[in-house]
Amino acid sequence: MASTPIAVDRAEKFEKVCSILDRFQHRPSGLIPILQAIQHEYLYLPEEVLTYVAMSLDVPPARVFGVATFYAHFALEPKGKHVIRICDGTACHVKQSLPVLEALHQKLGTSEKQKTTPDMLFTVETVACLGACGLAPVIVIDEQVYGQITPARAVALIEEIKVQEGVAPAAIAAPAEQLSAEEAHA
Amino acid sequence: MHNMEALIADPKKANGKSQLNQVRRVIVCAGTGCMANGAMKVFENFKSQIAASGLRVVLELRPEAAGDEVRVSKSGCQGFCQMGPLVSVVPDGILYTKVKGEDVADIVQQTLVKGEAVERLLYKDPATRQICRGFEDNHFYARQSRFVLHECSFLDPEDIREYMVHGGYGSARKAFVEMSPEEICKMILDSGLRGRGGGGFPTGRKWEAARIQDSAKKYVICNGDEGDPGAFMNRSVMEGNPHSVIEGLMIAARAIGANETLVYVRAEYPLAVARMRQAVKDAEREGILGNNVFGTGMSMKCEVMEGAGAFVCGEETAMIASIEGQRGMPRPKPPFPAQSGLWGKPTIINNVETLAHVCRILREGPEVFRSIGTKESPGTKTFALTGHVANTGLVEVPFGTPLREIVLNIGGGVTDDAGKIWKTGFKAVQIGGPSGGCLTEEHLDLPLAYESLRAVGAMVGSGGLVVMNQGTCMVSIARFFMEFTQRESCGKCVLCREGTKQLLALLDDVIEGRADAHTMDLLDKLGRAVQVGSLCGLGKTAPNPVLSTMRYFRKEYEEHIFEKRCRTGRCKALLRPEINQEKCKGCGLCLKACPTNAITGEKKQPHHINPELCIKCGACATACKIHAIEGI
Repeated sequence: MASTPIAVDRAEKFEKVCSILDRFQHRPSGLIPILQAIQHEYLYLPEEVLTYVAMSLDVPPARVFGVATFYAHFALEPKGKHVIRICDGTACHVKQSLPVLEALHQKLGTSEKQKTTPDMLFTVETVACLGACGLAPVIVIDEQVYGQITPARAVALIEEIKVQEGVAPAAIAAPAEQLSAEEAHA
Repeated sequence: MHNMEALIADPKKANGKSQLNQVRRVIVCAGTGCMANGAMKVFENFKSQIAASGLRVVLELRPEAAGDEVRVSKSGCQGFCQMGPLVSVVPDGILYTKVKGEDVADIVQQTLVKGEAVERLLYKDPATRQICRGFEDNHFYARQSRFVLHECSFLDPEDIREYMVHGGYGSARKAFVEMSPEEICKMILDSGLRGRGGGGFPTGRKWEAARIQDSAKKYVICNGDEGDPGAFMNRSVMEGNPHSVIEGLMIAARAIGANETLVYVRAEYPLAVARMRQAVKDAEREGILGNNVFGTGMSMKCEVMEGAGAFVCGEETAMIASIEGQRGMPRPKPPFPAQSGLWGKPTIINNVETLAHVCRILREGPEVFRSIGTKESPGTKTFALTGHVANTGLVEVPFGTPLREIVLNIGGGVTDDAGKIWKTGFKAVQIGGPSGGCLTEEHLDLPLAYESLRAVGAMVGSGGLVVMNQGTCMVSIARFFMEFTQRESCGKCVLCREGTKQLLALLDDVIEGRADAHTMDLLDKLGRAVQVGSLCGLGKTAPNPVLSTMRYFRKEYEEHIFEKRCRTGRCKALLRPEINQEKCKGCGLCLKACPTNAITGEKKQPHHINPELCIKCGACATACKIHAIEGI
């Protein structure tokens, strides 16, 4: 990936969107795969990109926003560098997934409303079911699945990532970290 | 290289001399569960260690076999997810459980070189303490009837040739070359196959309805949007045997006269998406999909689309809207999709498991299919057995199998929170996910089938079976499902949108001690209203978990409402922590641990908790060394 300055270069942003739109031949019926591809690229759906997509597909912006807000997978706000997903499917729920969620919220200072840490390092979210019920309770950190998780193990995993990232456990994120998180979005 | 045409037409003849069933083979389970526990490392270690031991490693199925070869391959989900990573060795018939990378050297030396089993890696039945060598003496497998899941446990899902060697695409060939669409529809109708996605609608009738439509363009969609939390049967089939899904789709398309098919997969299943896409590519490369299917001049296309995370898209008309790039909202039926579906054209939507059954019905005939299961519900059904049960995983049993067999024999019994067997711990089984209901001890001998379950207020649903022990609060479970359906309601029907919200609020009243004598009446009335006033299956069945738990666990609701007490201690607001005045020695540990200063007392005198200040965090109970704090 080309290294861009902290502010995302507008021209480059739309260039990527254009190539995605071309790939789907500007068909409005391909709206969902188009948004998925854009989110894959930017890790979320920036508002101006949605407006741009609506214009290019020649559909009302309301329709694009309607679709983007309807599906749980589309994020309208940027996510942290590491996304932690806690499964709260039935099997995980009866095997005590909520204490794991609470422990993570407590550890990272996040909550149901504030899902991402201010340093943009972590996002904590729940998902309905990951289909790994045999391993319940399950969490997924950056696509890596961890089964039979306990609150203590979940917190230990966060510690490990923090060490890898070079942030001291209690320290507020260093500016360098913010930059790399931004880069990841670019 | 096999000749594909000859292979599909007669796999046995074309494959006469192949290594199939002759050569030793190590199969590493590569389902989501086992991969999470390190199956890929085990796989890599096998490759290197076998080579180091002097044996020859073969990674793919080849036409000619030699004596000193060991084939190492991945398989789809073998179903016994809790004991993963799983490794099986054939033809020795050994099944190893919880295999780690370090264990590979022992397996290579003892099993592959000397032909002995490594005892410490064999499965030990938690109830009987008996050591099981393979699939046959393991209750979890031996008591099942695995048809759909059978091939998942040994086929390499990324090898199309292996699928064909085992008869794969033979049914599709038969459908295209030997049978007319009418004959296929009739055969499926005769088999009595019913949709495995939940509703149980006869598949043959659905197909026939689409077949008789006069339209140049028709579509077949495979519903792999397994949104029911606690179910993963479809995931396992798509991951473990993706070609059977494609083959089923081809047969369905031929039966109704369609040439475009689509697999709609849930986005939470990245491995299933990847394997399905790979399988489509492989089938295209081999000319199975394309412009001249089996030399008939007919064309067939298959596309894989990833969902975007909306439970309601499992509903047919909502799924169609989603594929068309709209918000996934259902529309009224009729017209049924079979008359006017995707882009207004006749469309049929079948569940993954339904399509997997179709291949077998064409291969073995409808009579064989009908010979298992019950008269109204023939065949087998896969269930995802999870929760407080010793053997969690995927099970496949004939319809009509009693719950007791599944939970106690195949599942190995109910467990406590620590995973130990709890003989008297059975409380309930939740079946059918957010649309289903609860089955209690009195239903343990009920044969599981579409009709029998409906009669007791539950449904087969997609097949999630969540076992719950005595430590589970049934009101909380009802709330859990209500929160799910409330969140997933698309918002189109007022009664579903607002009703589920109010039902959730009423359940919160019960859980948090605000409920009164009218709450249960309100829950009941509102629940019935939501059932009547909603358009699609989501709303129509959303109140089921509440109504079903109220029906079978009324006493528990009453305890919450009138005694302000939760017998399991799960409902925090109803906890009444107290210090046992006789036990308390006044050491002051609890006083120091309390974050809200709710505990007072003189030194060496029994302490007290001020209920007004107490937040029921349990810090005092953890701090107390003599267990003097009760009720939390």
